Amino acid sequence: MTLDDRFTRDFRETRGDQPLGTRNEIVTGPVTDWATDFSHLEPEWAADPYPIQDDLRQRCPVAHTDRFGGGWLPTRYEDVAAVAYDTERFSSRSIIMSNFRPPRELAPVGGTPPISSDPPFHHDARKLLLPVFTKNAVAKREEATRALCHSLIDAFDGQHSVDAARDYAQYIPMRVIADMLGFPPEDGPQFREFIENSLEGVNLPPEERMERMGQLFDYLLAQIRDHVDNPRDDLTTYLINAELYGRKLDPSHVAGTMALLLIAGIDTTWSAIGASLWHLAKTPADRERLVAEPELLPTAMEEFLRVYAPVTMARLVKEDMHWNGVDMKAEDWVLLSFPAANRDPAQFDRAGEVVIDREVNRHVAFGLGIHRCVGSHLARMELRVALEVWLERIPDFGLHDPAAVTWAAGQVRGPRTLPLRIGPA
Amino acid sequence: MKVQIDPQRCHGHGRCYDLAPGLFSEDDEGYGQVAGDSAVPPDQEHVARLAVSNCPERAIDLVEEA
Ligand code: HEM
Ligand code: SF4
Repeated sequence: MTLDDRFTRDFRETRGDQPLGTRNEIVTGPVTDWATDFSHLEPEWAADPYPIQDDLRQRCPVAHTDRFGGGWLPTRYEDVAAVAYDTERFSSRSIIMSNFRPPRELAPVGGTPPISSDPPFHHDARKLLLPVFTKNAVAKREEATRALCHSLIDAFDGQHSVDAARDYAQYIPMRVIADMLGFPPEDGPQFREFIENSLEGVNLPPEERMERMGQLFDYLLAQIRDHVDNPRDDLTTYLINAELYGRKLDPSHVAGTMALLLIAGIDTTWSAIGASLWHLAKTPADRERLVAEPELLPTAMEEFLRVYAPVTMARLVKEDMHWNGVDMKAEDWVLLSFPAANRDPAQFDRAGEVVIDREVNRHVAFGLGIHRCVGSHLARMELRVALEVWLERIPDFGLHDPAAVTWAAGQVRGPRTLPLRIGPA
Repeated sequence: MKVQIDPQRCHGHGRCYDLAPGLFSEDDEGYGQVAGDSAVPPDQEHVARLAVSNCPERAIDLVEEA
């Protein structure tokens, strides 16, 4: 056996010769006109982006901004789908719209494969993950997830008021992915910081963002080294041993994929569980119906994923081009709003309403095309079990103070504070 | 009536095998596949149509037999 020395040196040290990428001036503050100056990082968007998107869909439908060094926002289902499918002209080299564009040389791998990868590399990096995340594979985690949900509710212990985002929704995906990667369960709270840094600190100075990302990679490298010394039956050991093109993965690929799973796995599902509970807390008729007809939950859940789709992605335009009526420049961002697509009246009847028994629901909460969320089967299992257990244990609940609910700002949207009254009013 | 999946379009969302487990299943990578001989028994026609209309990639076709 040869010693695996890929991780003894910090792989970041060997990257010193790479070009640095480009930065632009950071512009914050109130938006003047959403059609020409949009920003998904302003409080108005975080609080309620849907009226803004609905308005843009009618009058634009592709909005522009000079912020972030220039970017576009399509709002129609058809346009969002066209961008998602067109991996020839739109690159995934960076999928978080910020004030920093990583160097072009980073394509087609990107920093966090496969989400940051373009064809043809993308297919191979994605294929490594698919078998681990099939519906059958994730079904094995259902029992442990259910037990976790029960233990979180046990811990409410007679309280009449809880924060369902902080004390329930958050912990479910955190524990599931920590178990899959083989990280200590008590490290959960650290993950929250990593996530906030990478997804919510977007308008911070790039140096600070990089330093914070550095902390995540320090953590991952320590876990990887521990797994090299003590291999286990988990995803980290699986990635360390995985091979592409006849050799083991680059250290930066192993760590990048782990970072992706940690970040993509937690914030998103936490948001979906929280938004669903928020809806049920403020809509007694839907809550009562789901308590009475639990078999409707899988259908209702798809509707929550449609109307409260938590994830928006981004792309970078590869070359100057005229696209659906606008002139895009190379390196412009495209904010790929699956949430806006999901509320397009041209695609959905009663698009702005929550119809929990909607039978035909071709929503795109998990994306479209080659980047379809690898974790979608896991996320659906977690969301279903989280809601089943909650409704079984706490059939009666409501919104304490609607104004106290806060939402994450940025490309993953969901409640971060969700004070609920539990038990009879 | 028969069902078929276009493997070029399917990206493994799994709506088909969620909604119509008698007609579809997943392969080792989560892509949809037609289970059995692809014929849709009369009592499965409704779920077959549901699978067609919920597939985000529009990858499923119903073929009416002559
Ligand atoms: C409700 C929860 C979730 C939502 C709404 C969601 C949404 C998405 C979306 C829209 C994409 C497409 C990205 C693109 O087009 O650029 C994506 C990709 C991805 N997601 Fe999720 N996700 C969720 C949960 C998860 C979980 C639990 C995991 C894994 C632990 C995960 C892992 C991934 C990975 C690895 C990719 C990259 C796939 C690729 O590029 O081939 N996601 N997700
Ligand atoms: S629903 Fe469509 S994309 Fe999903 S597995 Fe079935 S055929 Fe494939």
